[in-house]
Amino acid sequence: MSIYGCICGRHHDPAEHEAGDEPQGGGSEAVSGRVIESSLLRSLVPQDGTRRRFIRAVGVNAAMAAIASVLPVGAMQALAQEKRPLEKRDLKIGFIPITCATPLIMADPLGFYKNEGLNVTLNKTAGWALIRDKMLNKEHDASHFLSPMPLAISMGAGSVAQPMRVATIQNINGQAITLHVKHKDKRDPKQWKGFKFAVPFDYSMHNFLLRYYVAEHGLDPDRDIQIRVVPPPEMVANLRAGNLDGYLGPDPFNQRAVYDEIGFIHMLSKELWDGHPCCAFGVSEEFIKQNPNTFIALYRAVLSAARMAREPKNRPLIAKVISPANYLNQPETVVEQVLTGKFADGLGNVRNVPERADFDPFQWHSMAVWIMTQMKRWGYIKGDVNYRQIAEKVFLATDAKKRMAELDMKSPASSYARIKVMGKEFDPAQPEKYLAGFAIRKAA
Amino acid sequence: MSGTDSLRAAMLSLAFLLVLLGIWHVGTLPKEQAASANDEYAKLMGKGAVKTTGFPTPAQMGETARKHLTDPFYDKGPNDKGIGIQLAHSLGRVGAGFLLAALLAIPLGFVIGMSPLVYRALDPFIQVLKPISPLAWMPLALYTIKDSSVSGVFVIFICSVWPMLINTAFGVAAVRRDWLNVAKTLEVRPLRKALQVILPAAAPTIMTGMRISMGIAWLVIVAAEMLVGGTGIGYFVWNEWNNLSLTNVIFAILVIGLVGMLLDLMFGRLQKLVTYVE
Repeated sequence: MSIYGCICGRHHDPAEHEAGDEPQGGGSEAVSGRVIESSLLRSLVPQDGTRRRFIRAVGVNAAMAAIASVLPVGAMQALAQEKRPLEKRDLKIGFIPITCATPLIMADPLGFYKNEGLNVTLNKTAGWALIRDKMLNKEHDASHFLSPMPLAISMGAGSVAQPMRVATIQNINGQAITLHVKHKDKRDPKQWKGFKFAVPFDYSMHNFLLRYYVAEHGLDPDRDIQIRVVPPPEMVANLRAGNLDGYLGPDPFNQRAVYDEIGFIHMLSKELWDGHPCCAFGVSEEFIKQNPNTFIALYRAVLSAARMAREPKNRPLIAKVISPANYLNQPETVVEQVLTGKFADGLGNVRNVPERADFDPFQWHSMAVWIMTQMKRWGYIKGDVNYRQIAEKVFLATDAKKRMAELDMKSPASSYARIKVMGKEFDPAQPEKYLAGFAIRKAA
Repeated sequence: MSGTDSLRAAMLSLAFLLVLLGIWHVGTLPKEQAASANDEYAKLMGKGAVKTTGFPTPAQMGETARKHLTDPFYDKGPNDKGIGIQLAHSLGRVGAGFLLAALLAIPLGFVIGMSPLVYRALDPFIQVLKPISPLAWMPLALYTIKDSSVSGVFVIFICSVWPMLINTAFGVAAVRRDWLNVAKTLEVRPLRKALQVILPAAAPTIMTGMRISMGIAWLVIVAAEMLVGGTGIGYFVWNEWNNLSLTNVIFAILVIGLVGMLLDLMFGRLQKLVTYVE
């Protein structure tokens, strides 16, 4: 870490950064609690008439109390008071229209960005390669990423090397293996020889989890099945056309395939690794250095959104605000089934899995190490990998702890934890040993 | 063609259209859905609700078209804009790329057409570059230009430059010797010769090149925007494809066809203006 100086760029050295004291300077903006309250109310009930009638009926204080029971208004007000002047107000953020990006999408219609004084334009982007290029080109200030992407970009795998950072994880779980309805009787992966599968990108949890899954069942993902890269929005159309036998893809496209009676949900990704990360919210190191205050404001907006998204009772509202054409462009019921975990599986059953999708923002370093072991396993990176160093450089867990503490959110004491993938334990302290334990892997 | 003939043709066109609509209507009549034993499951599967998917009936199509056409300029955020705004973005990109291409191709075409030496020297390059699919340039453009919108314009530029270049060169080279000789006898200066003798003589061929270029540019912009996203009619198609909304996709296809036809008609008119009888 020391070669990069302090990671957030606002301290003279890493020690000062770790100590966590904020550099002084710049008068704090006096933002009254009232402004937050009213803007909150406005974002929750955008129609003027309805809002006025609502307030008239229950009174401002009662209205605010009702909202405070859902949202941490007190914490938000406290945060707003310590706002520093923002270096950049107009930000462009790229996203792929999937439920993984829920926190960063919902932050727009629900006003979390505005509360931080940010004017954010969310740009729907056509695919992950374009997400990468638009970040490298600086067309986007921050972006929705697949969590392996910042690691890969920082290492220069499948990209020009540029230091990218993971500010928060967007979501955990929330993916699924979807198969075409014609394969209803082929639930055993051993019957999948010759199948054509899609994943959203080479450097994705989807790719690594699918490879892991079929390899555990004795299939070599490079020989026995075909894995293609297909942008998530195009997966359903390709499944319908018979171009694909299935995919391990992000929602809402698993649920959408069910809704359109093209596919069924074979397995939720939660059943492979409960609590696996999927997407991330990332920025370039350069952006953090040049706009430290903006970065913190953005960070807080996304974290606050993630906190709201973690509460199951908020999920139907969130499904409503992120379904329109400007964001996901999906039927609301599909998004709601994904977020609430009460869904039709395409085989005639209603399943109830509340943890189907969740939004734990904390970026475990152990996750990064696991991802890198899989990148090495399948030949995406070669040679010796300093797992710990890269993980700690790219996944900004120290920052996350600080920001989460500010919002009264709990963060773990250590950023390394043991992980269980399909019942097999992974010890982040011994990645090479773990790697050596796999029978099926790409020959080095 | 006489008046009655064109009336007959119009009637026949209308008849074709009606037959087509009839087949469409019959083909998309809603099927009886088997009642599911499990109500909750049926509800989650969206039974009974109007789904956006599936092939639309002509009536649904009409309703969608009406909705888009009565409010073509709405703006509900960066990823949801009216069809009019999307078209304007696409036309803007096509216009910019096409204009740039014309600015390069027509003067260069003149030089190539007037000098057999330059023609032979540049010919291998043109032959290699011409057949490259414009979209193949996209990754390279994104990498070097570092701007997705400008990359879109570049792709239009690169695809519309070749027909104009080749047609201009051909038109200039094919100007009748007699006219050039007359100009020579009268000791006309080179610039005047180019503008007043060669240009009018080659104009119909050049205009044909421009017409072909515009046709190609309009074909390519849709694909380019589907690839890059953001704004434009191509993005609109892509966004509705995500939602598997065939109704909107078909509507967009019709609009693309109509606009393409209008552009072609426009260049057809221009072509007529510069055509001469020898």
